[in-house]
Parts: sequence; C-alpha cells; structure tokens
Amino acid sequence: MAYINGIGLISAQNTLNPDVFLEPVMEQTSAYMKCLDPVYKEYLDPIQTRRMSRLIKMGIVSARMCLSDANCAIPDSIITGTGIGSVEDTEKILGELSKEEKFLNPTPFIQSTYNTISSQIAINLKCHGYNSTYVHRSFSFESSLQDALLQLQEGIAANVLVGGIDEMTMNHLNITRKLGQWKMNPAHNLSLRKTMTPGALAGEGVGFFLLSSVRGNRYYATVPGAETIYKPKSLDELDNRTTSFLSEYGLKKDDIDIILAGVAGDITWDFLYDDYALKVFPGKPVSWFKHLSGEYYTATTFALWLASNILKRQVYPEIIRVNDILPSRIQNILIYNHFRGVNHSLILIKR
Amino acid sequence: MADKVYITGIGIISAIGNNVENLEKSLLAERSGIGEISLFPSIHKGKIPLAEVKLSNQQLVELCGAKSDRFLTRTSLLGMIAAREALVKSGVNLEDGYKTGLISATTVGGMDRSEGFFHKYISNPAKGRLRDIVNHDCGDSTERIAQFSGISDFVTTISTACSSSANSLMLGARLIKSGVLDRVIAGGTDSVTRFTLNGFNTLMILDKEGCKPFDENRAGLTIGEGAAFLVLESEELVKKMNKNVLAEFTGYGNANDAYHQTASSPEGKGAMLAMFKALQVSGLNPSNISYINVHGTGTQNNDLSEGIAIEKIFGSAIPPFSSTKSFTGHTLGASGAIEAVISILAMKNHCLFPNLNWTTPMKELSMQPIKKIMKNVEVNHVLSNSFGFGGNNSTLILSKP
Repeated sequence: MAYINGIGLISAQNTLNPDVFLEPVMEQTSAYMKCLDPVYKEYLDPIQTRRMSRLIKMGIVSARMCLSDANCAIPDSIITGTGIGSVEDTEKILGELSKEEKFLNPTPFIQSTYNTISSQIAINLKCHGYNSTYVHRSFSFESSLQDALLQLQEGIAANVLVGGIDEMTMNHLNITRKLGQWKMNPAHNLSLRKTMTPGALAGEGVGFFLLSSVRGNRYYATVPGAETIYKPKSLDELDNRTTSFLSEYGLKKDDIDIILAGVAGDITWDFLYDDYALKVFPGKPVSWFKHLSGEYYTATTFALWLASNILKRQVYPEIIRVNDILPSRIQNILIYNHFRGVNHSLILIKR
Repeated sequence: MADKVYITGIGIISAIGNNVENLEKSLLAERSGIGEISLFPSIHKGKIPLAEVKLSNQQLVELCGAKSDRFLTRTSLLGMIAAREALVKSGVNLEDGYKTGLISATTVGGMDRSEGFFHKYISNPAKGRLRDIVNHDCGDSTERIAQFSGISDFVTTISTACSSSANSLMLGARLIKSGVLDRVIAGGTDSVTRFTLNGFNTLMILDKEGCKPFDENRAGLTIGEGAAFLVLESEELVKKMNKNVLAEFTGYGNANDAYHQTASSPEGKGAMLAMFKALQVSGLNPSNISYINVHGTGTQNNDLSEGIAIEKIFGSAIPPFSSTKSFTGHTLGASGAIEAVISILAMKNHCLFPNLNWTTPMKELSMQPIKKIMKNVEVNHVLSNSFGFGGNNSTLILSKP
C-alpha cells in the first residue's frame, strides 16, 4: 500500500500553506499561469543558491515542503518527472551558441541536464538512495509514480519522494504556441471553458509527494496505481484499459466517486474528455483542474494534490465541478488526463 | 512474476559499426572509432576529436528505410536503427500476445535540430522552421522509435545524464520481474550536438588527443554518438517460445553520490553503493565477476573516484577491466546500453576487449586496465558501470546463460 504522507506543491494557486485549500481561488488573465513563488530565502541559503535557476530552487523548496509536511528527514528514493526540464538554462546556452560556437559560463550547461533537480535534492539532503528522472511528455510524472509504487512493492524503499517539475518561459511559450499548443491571446483562468478557442492555457508547477508503506500522521490518501496509455486507437480501448486498470485494485467503474479530468479549455482536444466521461463513466461527477493550474506536461501533480485534499477533507469544491452531479460518498477518485490526444494516463487515489 | 530476466536480442549503431557484426569486428581488431571530426559541422574540427557515426542523416534514413528525415532527429534515426536490429535479432513477433514495452534514454533528445531552430529564432522570433523544434523534447525520439517498431503497450523515457540507458535497462528488468510487462526493448540514443560538445568543452574536460581512460596522463573524455537497444524477456516467455538467450540480466543497482552536481566524491561512495546493490540483487560475490566494463570516461575525477570505489568493493582481487569508451567515445545517454552490448559480445567471443590508448598507471591506484585483447577467457559474469552528472550512478551485471 502506498500512503501519501506529505505534499509540497508550488503552483498558480495558494498551495504553499498545507493548511489552506483553495482559499481564495487565485484568478489571473495572462498568457500563461505563472506559479506563485515561495520566499526562497526562507528555505535556502541565498549564497548557495545565487547561481541556481528558478526551476531548481522551486524543485528543492517543493521537496523540502513535502518532507516537512510528512515529518520525514530523508527519503529512501528520489524520483522526478519533467517534460521539458530546465528551459531557462537551455535557452541561455542556445542563445550564446547562436552567436558563435562557444559559451563561457558552464553553470547553465550543468543545470540544463534533466536530472538536475532530482540530484540537487539528493545533494541537499545527502540522500544516497535510488535516484531517477523520467522525461516523457505527459507521462513524465506518471512514469515516476509507477517507479515509486514499484519500489514500495519490491520492498526496496519505505519512503519515496516523487515529484513532477515543469516551468514556462516567454520564449518557450512563443515557440510552442506556434505548434498550436496554446491559446493565441491571454485568457482569464476561471472563464477558460467559455473561451471556446483552440489551444490550452499554458502553465507551470512543481509538486512533490512522499509515498510511504506506512501511514503517517498527516496522511492524505493512498495511491494504488497509475497507468499510461500511449496512442489508444479508440474510445473502446480507453474504456477497456480503464476497466482492467481498476480491476487490478479490486474496483469496478461504479466504485469511482469522482472523475478528475484534464479538461484544458481547448476546443480542439477537450471533446476526448467529454466522450470519455459519457462513455466510460455516465452519470458520474466529473471535475477539472487546469483552470486552476494551467496545462503543462506534469500538470497531474496538481490533480494529485487536489484529489488528495478532496479525500482528506471530504469536500467537493464547487469551483472544480464540470457537471452538476454530486458524489454520494468521497472514497475513490480517478484522474484521467491526456496531452493532445497522444499520451493518456490514469491515476487512482483512494481514501 | 518472473524470477529471471533474459536478453534475447541486441542492436547497436556507433562509431565502430552500424550493426552488431561490424561493431564486433572493430572490437576484435582493436579498432577505435575516435578520430578527427568529419561529418559534424563545428569550429572544433581538427582540434577536438569525436567518435562519430560516419553516416549522414540522409544515409541513416536510407539505412533504416524511413520515408524521409523531415521530422526525424539524428537521435531518433540512431535509435530506430538499433531498436529494429535488436527486435529482428531476437525474432520478436509483437503480435504474439505478450505485453511489450519500450524504454529509451537520452540526454538531449532532439537538440541536434532544435539548436538550428533557435539560431534562426533568436535573431527573429518569427523565424525558424517548426519541424526543427517539434521534436526537441526527450519523449519525441522514444515515440518515433515506438511507432517505427510498432510498440505501444508501454513507452517511457529516462534521462539521468550519462547513466540514462543503464537505468532504462534496470527499469525494464524490474517491470518484467514484477509482472507488469513480459518483454521490454530497453536502451538509449544520443547524437552529437553543439550543445553537448561545447558544454563539455566549457568544463574543460575534453581530451584533445582522444580519451585515455585510467591513464595517469588522461585529460578528459571524447564525445561519441550512437544507440543501443536490448530485448529483455521474462523467463516464462523464453521457455514457452524456446528463445535463444544471449545473457541473463542478473543484477542492477542505482545509487546517488550526493556529493556535487558534476564531480564525483573522492571516496566514490555512490559508485560503491551502485556496485554493492547490483551484486546483492544478483546474489554474486565480487570474486564471481570475470570482467568489469568500467564507466572510465577519461576525466581526472571520474577515473580516480571509480577506481577507489572498485578497490573498496573488490579489495586486492580486482578482475580484469577496461573502458570501451576508448573505442566508442562517450555516447552519454546511450553509453550504458552500448556497454551492455559490448559486455555480451565479450561473453560470446570468450574475450576481453582492451582499454585503448593506455600507457601509464595512475599514481593513486594499484589497478591497471587490459592493454591488449585477451582471448580464450571464460567470461561468466560482467559488471558494467555507468555514472552521470548529478551523482546518478548505476551498475548492471550480465551473466552467461
């Protein structure tokens, strides 16, 4: 069994304080949903971190927040997922290289490797345990979660720190907007589904979870499993994969109380969520979260934070409801996400 | 649940051969792939050597039979070629009902094209061809390989710097042992990019004469490129399908040095832990190891730290060892898988490949690498190290079936 014993989340919502839950809901009208930065010097020595890029600082702080929430000094394993890694450092190098074929400062190169945050946390904590980083689009966090659950199952680790990390920069936004990923104009996050325009509202965020084999004092929920589904051929395949995924944990579709879907306010791709909800979970409460977090490769870290709090607090916030159906109990939540129809994933969270 | 995981197919492309047979010939002939830059456009041509795959992207397209390289990065092309060879060599039929996964590894993904895009974009944000940036992220090459090979049950990508593909092999074995998958095509791919070449150059760890691992006068690494994939299959599958087995994947260990982002600890703690864990998983004693394929980059720091760790694990009975990066260059995210393939070829050929360019023992160590190819050697268990930036250290153990 994997218990979520602690969470550290840096997001566009007020998630820095674990005792506060979406109070108030943060609104913004912007090109992308920027994270609310913590006061870094409260966690990190400014001298040590003066050369660190923002993403690395966010990663270390979020990991520290999680461990302190769980009252755990040092985990057995550290696993991170990131779709695009340290964009800021990568852009610095590419910027210099575009002038002439050299650059002088090695720091951005050292920090640009995708495993930097996972290893910086290890260095920061002096954690010599298993350490890995997954870099597969919107599977990045799910693969990390699968590895973490496997570690607990294998008995290699009793406490696994697992997280997802992705940042946005203006350059990256401009470039990926050309690929049709994002809305052309700034959008008001809470009116996202009313825009009826193509493209998602971009976002960023860092979230860490301490998964443990033993239930801790601040325990939120349990995570029995996660599943990635690459390029499903049909809705039927998604339906079958959902059924078999749930059956691995002794559940039927009817046991799911709330669907937390990755609806992104993107008219090009959101129909897949509507179809999924109608076909696989008709008559069930459907909710969403990307108007609170924005869309990014590891946005399901925000969803896992949200689901964990719903289960712990036994509240179903109005702000996340897609339909008017209310759950009769709040026991099992299923996160269903996909990124532009290719990388689909399921995460099961139980009370 | 599978007790044992077997390797039933291997595929590789590197500076010393575009397939397993060519690589094997180069190894047996002690022929290095390190040389003056010939294909890669760089101002360092003639000054810094590389271990290039000596085929242009167009030639790689022809070799793998892809339609065009319009949307394919060099990283993807290398990976597609190696993965297909592994599948063919193993005789995999993806329609046989077994659950098959693809786990790839890369350090910079499609950087070989995105650095070209950025060059144009930076002077004018309206410029740059989108097909040069759409494949920037690490997952792209994996999905191209998956599509090309027809694998869809499970795909993911690992990036832990220079230990990336050792970790993809390790995850593959764990997923088979736990019963999640029956078969995994695991490995990694990386192409030479201006990003990495200049990055390592800025760190001043590129040897201008070509790498000399474990030599007193070593002056750094040599960047290489390539890809390797291995077909891992469960014991049950191997028995039912009566498959030919190349090796048993007996051990793996992953630990973090937790010392410094780019430097290894002086006592080699992470390296020692990785080797220790791999031995523990395999149930073998250090004395059972016939050969160590060391990480051996040729940097001052790595070889000393790794050597100290090996001395601590093996004491006075250090098995023969070599760094085959003196043949292939340091292929970064692909190196763990490339060296796993070389380790299997050592078992198959009953021989140990040398550590080229080695002349002078390191002052601090009592150990000396293999100088000339050793033939007619019983190679039963090979331990292969892969260490990366960030202290991400992994060790694999492969055994004769």
